[in-house]
Amino acid sequence: MIKKLLPYIGEYKKQAILSPVTVIIEVIIEVFIPFLMAKIIDVGIKNGDIPYMFKIGGVMIVLALMSMTFSALAGRFAAVAATGFASNLRKKLFYKVSEFSFANLDRIPTASLITRLTTDVTNTQMSFMLIIRILVRAPFMMIMATSMAIAINARLSIVFLTSVPILAAAMTLIILLAFPRFKQMLTRYDKLNSLVQENLQAIRVVKAFVREDHEISKFSQAAKELRNYQQKAEKLVALNMPLMSLAIYACIMAICWRGGNLIIAGGMQTGELFSFISYVIQILMALVMISMVLVNIVLSKASAERIIEVLDEKIDITDEEADASLQVEDGSIIMDNVSFSYSKNPDNLTLQNISLTINSGETVGIIGGTGSAKTTLVQLIPRLYDVYSGTVKVGGHDVRNYQLTTLRNACSMVLQKNLLFSGTIRDNLRWGNPHATEEQMKAACQTACADEFIQKFEGGYDYLIEQGGVNVSGGQRQRLCIARALLKNPKIIILDDSTSAVDVATDTKIRNALRKELKATTKIIIAQRLSSIIEADKIIVMNEGQINDIGTHEQLLARNEIYKDIYFSQQKGVS
Amino acid sequence: MSNDKKPTNMGRPGMHALGKKEKPRDIKKTLKRIFSYTNEYKFRLTVIFFAVIVYASAGVAGTYMLKPLINNYIVPFIGKSDTDLSGFITMLLLMAAVYLLGVIAILTATRLMVGVSTGTLLKIRLDLFAAMEKLPLKYHDNHTQGELMSRFTNDVDALRDMISQGIIQLINAGLTVISIFIVMLVLSPVLTALMLVMLLIMIQIIKFIGKRSRNYFVKQQNALGKLNGYIEEIIEGQKVVKVFCYEQNSKESFNERNEVLRKSAAGAYTFANILMPIMGNLSYINFAITAAIGGMLVVFGRLDIGTIGAYLQYTRSFSQPLTQASGIFNAVLSALAGAERIFAVIDEEPETDDGDITLVNAEFDEAGQITESSCRTGLWAWKQIKENNEAFLTPLRGDVRFIDAYFSYDGEHNVLKNIDLYAKPGQKIALVGSTGAGKTTITNLLTRFYDLDQGKILYDGINIKRIKKDDLRHSLAMVLQDTHLFTGTVMENIRYGRLSAGDDEVITAARRANADFFISHLPQGYQTVITADGANLSQGQRQLLAIARAAVADPPVLILDEATSSIDTRTEALIEQGMNDLMLGRTVFVIAHRLSTVRNAAAIIVLENGQIIERGSHNELLALQARYYQLYTGMFELT
Repeated sequence: MIKKLLPYIGEYKKQAILSPVTVIIEVIIEVFIPFLMAKIIDVGIKNGDIPYMFKIGGVMIVLALMSMTFSALAGRFAAVAATGFASNLRKKLFYKVSEFSFANLDRIPTASLITRLTTDVTNTQMSFMLIIRILVRAPFMMIMATSMAIAINARLSIVFLTSVPILAAAMTLIILLAFPRFKQMLTRYDKLNSLVQENLQAIRVVKAFVREDHEISKFSQAAKELRNYQQKAEKLVALNMPLMSLAIYACIMAICWRGGNLIIAGGMQTGELFSFISYVIQILMALVMISMVLVNIVLSKASAERIIEVLDEKIDITDEEADASLQVEDGSIIMDNVSFSYSKNPDNLTLQNISLTINSGETVGIIGGTGSAKTTLVQLIPRLYDVYSGTVKVGGHDVRNYQLTTLRNACSMVLQKNLLFSGTIRDNLRWGNPHATEEQMKAACQTACADEFIQKFEGGYDYLIEQGGVNVSGGQRQRLCIARALLKNPKIIILDDSTSAVDVATDTKIRNALRKELKATTKIIIAQRLSSIIEADKIIVMNEGQINDIGTHEQLLARNEIYKDIYFSQQKGVS
Repeated sequence: MSNDKKPTNMGRPGMHALGKKEKPRDIKKTLKRIFSYTNEYKFRLTVIFFAVIVYASAGVAGTYMLKPLINNYIVPFIGKSDTDLSGFITMLLLMAAVYLLGVIAILTATRLMVGVSTGTLLKIRLDLFAAMEKLPLKYHDNHTQGELMSRFTNDVDALRDMISQGIIQLINAGLTVISIFIVMLVLSPVLTALMLVMLLIMIQIIKFIGKRSRNYFVKQQNALGKLNGYIEEIIEGQKVVKVFCYEQNSKESFNERNEVLRKSAAGAYTFANILMPIMGNLSYINFAITAAIGGMLVVFGRLDIGTIGAYLQYTRSFSQPLTQASGIFNAVLSALAGAERIFAVIDEEPETDDGDITLVNAEFDEAGQITESSCRTGLWAWKQIKENNEAFLTPLRGDVRFIDAYFSYDGEHNVLKNIDLYAKPGQKIALVGSTGAGKTTITNLLTRFYDLDQGKILYDGINIKRIKKDDLRHSLAMVLQDTHLFTGTVMENIRYGRLSAGDDEVITAARRANADFFISHLPQGYQTVITADGANLSQGQRQLLAIARAAVADPPVLILDEATSSIDTRTEALIEQGMNDLMLGRTVFVIAHRLSTVRNAAAIIVLENGQIIERGSHNELLALQARYYQLYTGMFELT
């Protein structure tokens, strides 16, 4: 795991190395200070030697200033290295996700991906900083303090040589016992949060059915459960502080007893006793630090694993076989015996044996029930997914031969689940073409019947869209998305149920405009409303992943049962 | 998201949560408020407080006893052979007793604290959630989900850290500092004055670094908010990014924000990292200066050498809790700021309800008089208590009238103007119009999610403002365009419509909505657990569940807001039978884009820009040859 993440230190390698180095220098200096303090008491004060006290005091101040400088440097280096590491990691993750195909995106849920780029990176950054600072400092401090203590009195060192393992064992035991309890607690915590989230999303439903009290009692139950688990986990952890105090006190007592006897026997100075105590406290404190850092690392291990999972995700659609010089010549589409499965499982095919030919410039309607794989079918055209078997040809070439950018710029698709991004309307439209002129934008918006309402907005094309496009209506959003797609000036445009929130009259207007303005462009329209596709050159009737029929409206109405059904379900009551 | 319903011109504060101030506004008030949550733990808190006092004093006393231990029982015996160690042992045992007392005290305090802190948090969480549930819809519409969510996660978490760890540490540090200070003052007032000067310098340094650090942390928080917002937006729209080959642009924008965050985070962590070591080393300098000045005082005969020795020991243990406290101080401040935000939500005005007319089950007695019934009769009545305490029942029929209604979301732009409409009992009324015409607003007003600015709505002749909101809503069932499901089984989700419904009633309702077919094909049928708002179901299936939910609620008035918009027309035709069955004998408001679903309505109301422009039956409106005619023929222009 460490091996996989280590390379992301990148240009911050210098700081990542200097941080532990300066920490070690700081520790060496700092360890000497109690020794000097002991000298001031034992030699200076005992002998009333004021010049000596001044001298050692001076040395001490110099050392403290040096230690301060090095610790400040260490802090700075660690901060730069850790945040730099996190920034590199985040960047790599973002780049990786940018390469993700639709299949990759389907595999890892969006919310989870976001958590990995945000919270998980922050956790890993924290752990990294703890490792290069504390996890270097504490063990080194233990070693140094131990050697100093042994130097003062080897026979007394038996005290911490026994207490340290005991304390370490006790703390490990607490961690081991607490860990599963914390895990249980976190599950309850997630449950509680998803309950809140759910309620925020569905507040209208809750209120409409007057279920506030019902939800409150549900929440109260979950919150109480969380409390119980929290209590169980924290009660164990709460033992740490008393245990630590017990260890320190026990050591002081033991040192006083053994040390007292030694002093009486003339084997030790009183000042040395105090120094010894402070070294032992330093050792025990270092131990506590190590245990705290280890807990933190173990807890954030899951974060690192989730990050690595993203980094290791195999991208399944790449430019590998592409020919960079190949351009999309026209908007013709040929599918030859295409089958497709989301799970890449031949027994679970979403599309089966699809063969069809669409000529450049044609208008094609696709209709079929929910789940008949209409969307799946069109997503193969801009190669958002790869076929399981068979071939998809656009402009006479297999889609896998084009570079993705070339192909997708030629095939504009308005997704069913479409989004606008925060920024002005102009910014959003420029997604289609970053160099679009005012005239081009206006023309595209007119075709998509969007210009009219944009003009009514405050600021017109400079009107600020909020994240997710929540401040325009569903119908307006769909029209903006169509305009954005048109700006690509594509060879093929695919509208996947893109006018469902637009009223019928506007829908008709958009279709007429498309027909008039985009003569050479192949237009593929998926719709629920029959009226949206009725005048298409070809209508494809989909049923359960297969093409049921292809024909014009008249042909289908005469021969196709499904089509007739749909037609009459929408026609009923019209005389 | 229910974007169609969101008024487009409302000033949404939205990003409140970002750029938030980390400084609490009124520390005293907030602390008091937090303490009010610990009322039932008063006894335990007192015990904790005294236990911490015992612990802190035991620590100080133990250190204090070291001096006599060594001076009185060790030093006199140095080099002597006949040592009487009994005094030494007694002293040592006394020390052990003091220390043991300290350990027991801290054990008691920390264990008790777990109960207090988790209990307090539980109470705060419950209050927060209850407040959130009772907030008017207007509040929810004006605040992002993320904002309220962050009250439950970030703010409660920060508070948890403060209560469970901060309090004991702060009390302990404070007590230790105070007791050591007293001892030091007794030992040497002169040196203590010096100490105070050093202390002032240290506090200035903490303040200086703390301010810098806070500035950077605020910057970092802002940068993090911006970057995370960007990540969220782009990853959510990653499929759109792919379709538009926008990867390169998004990478550039990302890098910009990422770099801003890196710089501010590096600054913030630098200051956070150096605070503790600087304080620690300052205490060494303090020690050296004290030793030197103490030495000079000895030369001038102002101080004896023994006192300096003892004094110096305390100098060392004085700064440690101070440094510790400065470390958690920032955490405490941001926890208090979070607590203020939590309390602000709790203090929000809840949805008010001044109605006094209630909905009761009713039946006709032998005399044909309507009377209240204690069990479900399928017949309802509005119960009004007259001044003479007499109950007056009006049978619930489902007669709804809007009289000259005006409404605006923001107080400026009228979304509805001069609305007059009526639905007679059992009539199906269709609302037709382009998006933003005000269709959904009408249902928002009928359910009293929002209140009218002018005019009134009568329900069976009663002004709906006089009806208790809960009862009003009980009499209506809504099926919304966006179906929201809850974690739980399919059965539980349908039962949401009426909690008292038995399994067979749920299944009957599902059959009526034609949902039974797909449910029985789910892995565990009705017991299939729905997760994450029903992500494993198609939009159409979710809508079927919502319709079943309304069916089980069995209310006299139904509101279908684009209820079948995500169902393909064939499936829609299939459930239409069930829907018609469901609508029989009820007043129904239907909002639809698809005109095919509204044809058989008793009256079709065409809305435009918040006004009713046409009203009539399908045939009447067609004959009128106006807007409805245009819409309708637009749909079938080629047939």
